[in-house]
Amino acid sequence: MAESYRRSQWSNGLFVLPYLAVFLVLLVFPLVWGAWLSLHKVDLFGPGRFVGLANYGRVLADPVFLQALRNTVVFVLVSVPSLVALGLFLALALNKTTRATSFLRALFFSSSVLSVTIVTLIWRFVFIPGDGLLAVISEQLGIAPVNFLSTSGWSLFSVGVATVWWCLGLPMMLFLAALQQIPSDLYEAAALDNAGPWRVLTRVTLPSIARTIMLVTIIQIVMQFQLFGQAQLMTNGGPNGTSRPLVMYIYEVGFVRWDVGKAAAASEFLFLIILVAAMAQYLVSTRKSEVSE
Amino acid sequence: MSASIEITNVTKRYGALTVLDDVSLSIEAGEFVVFLGPSGCGKSTLLRMIAGLEDVTAGTIAVGGERVDTLPPGKRGVAMVFQSYALYPHMTVAQNMSFGLENIGMAKAEIGRRVEQAAATLEIAHLLDRKPAKLSGGQRQRVAIGRAIVKEPKAFLFDEPLSNLDAALRGRTRLELAQLHARLGSTMIFVTHDQVEAMTLADRIVIMHDRKIEQIGTPMEIYQRPASRFVAGFVGSPAMNFVPVKGVNENGGTLRIETCGLGDVAAAIRLPARFSPEGGCLGIRAEDVTVLPAGEAGIPLKADVVERLGDRTLIYGQLADGTKLAAETDGRSEARSGDTLQIALDTSALHLFDAAGIAHHAGGD
Repeated sequence: MAESYRRSQWSNGLFVLPYLAVFLVLLVFPLVWGAWLSLHKVDLFGPGRFVGLANYGRVLADPVFLQALRNTVVFVLVSVPSLVALGLFLALALNKTTRATSFLRALFFSSSVLSVTIVTLIWRFVFIPGDGLLAVISEQLGIAPVNFLSTSGWSLFSVGVATVWWCLGLPMMLFLAALQQIPSDLYEAAALDNAGPWRVLTRVTLPSIARTIMLVTIIQIVMQFQLFGQAQLMTNGGPNGTSRPLVMYIYEVGFVRWDVGKAAAASEFLFLIILVAAMAQYLVSTRKSEVSE
Repeated sequence: MSASIEITNVTKRYGALTVLDDVSLSIEAGEFVVFLGPSGCGKSTLLRMIAGLEDVTAGTIAVGGERVDTLPPGKRGVAMVFQSYALYPHMTVAQNMSFGLENIGMAKAEIGRRVEQAAATLEIAHLLDRKPAKLSGGQRQRVAIGRAIVKEPKAFLFDEPLSNLDAALRGRTRLELAQLHARLGSTMIFVTHDQVEAMTLADRIVIMHDRKIEQIGTPMEIYQRPASRFVAGFVGSPAMNFVPVKGVNENGGTLRIETCGLGDVAAAIRLPARFSPEGGCLGIRAEDVTVLPAGEAGIPLKADVVERLGDRTLIYGQLADGTKLAAETDGRSEARSGDTLQIALDTSALHLFDAAGIAHHAGGD
């Protein structure tokens, strides 16, 4: 009995084997290989030589890397709160079941299914100098037009606007799902408790979806640190690298300059930064909820 | 503080669907009134309309003489205990109880005093720092009641508050609610479909059926003099027996009722002049059917099922024509299913219902 039980337990593992194989080949192996590559001086054509941590030193000493790092951090610090706040605002506004809200939900989510190429194309029509939407509007209003895509400061801002517009659908949907889980009698109890709309929002609604707010924040931190396509297509990192994100730096080092070892080292840094940022957010949120318990 | 509640010609419609149809009811200050009825009769809707959680389609509701049906829920001076308790899950017990008071800008010291006092009354003082998730069902129930008490409302509204508790706790909480009412002297409205809760708690019971109030009366009035066949069948366990009537003959104040299964029955029921026996039936409760000792002649009843409840025995059987009838006898009865028993009726406890279900009782209308 015990023997057959043990055998059956072992064979149960077969069910996870397909996933395990994919996990090992496509996730664990590249992760390890990436770390291994970062310790070598290597290009795309042949085996490299072991250089220890030298690539990491070269990355940290590279002003272009530091500029890209700063750009990315600024981008995340602005875009993630914007996504969370706007997503929450839309979800609160559309948390009703009327035909109009259903239509608007679909409309706001529809941008998420577009490819990055289409998104950047649309926003180039808005930002492009001369014939762009904003240029036309500012001309009508008699304001001197801003060259959004090639002015330092504005270029990263423009990438951020396009990104928020593109990525807003998922936070909104996650918040909507969470809002619909709140039992309606809590709101009825709050109505009998004389709670005004602001008190209901801050004392009933937001605490009830605190976990979803944390989840959305972590997802967005992880996603926005990986900014690439929008910057590549809208500004190409310019002007003077002021809108170049980390992933674009990695791409340029690895696939344009063929310095794969250095690109791998920069990737490891990005991996660490995302890990720390997400963990920090998680720890802060859980500690806060423990304190309030 | 307690206040009277006046419900006048209240109607509730959802589109074409009418849920409550022209309901009027007057509740005195300090009264404990129970809305009793089957699911979907509109009793919860009526309670929620008093609370302000449902709009009134037509009619008015006044609390303490002041019309409230146009006011938001928080301004009506009523507190409600929900079936699901509806405690705020992220707030502690103390915060749950004080939330409503903070919202009206009450001084912290006064809030603290009220919360402590209510917690002491309900014996939940040791739970004040816990969150609802860490409480048992009974404790949550107390917190929900505490949240209502601290508001010192003009009226308490209870929406089936005991239905999520187990049987033992339900009995205990029922008793405590009765004590709470005695102590606070507040107006209380309690919605339930459980007739035991209604009978034990209410000063008056409002029986609701099919969008209307069927009868309003004290528990004993409802039980002994049900206004309609519906009330007679709904209140009481086992349900009242109904035996079809073939005809009635009045003879000097005594009525001879011809029935299918019980033969001719004499009863002191005074009938209106235009009573038609067609479609009517005779009603008698199981405890008013006596099982005669062996050897005595009566009406034969063939026992199908015998339920022994310890203190009493219920016999469910059939009369000679197949009409079903339940009889109650004492706990030592040796009757078994399949036996044919002899029964007699207490004719002073008979009820006669016409085809429309209107009741006429023995010993006057």
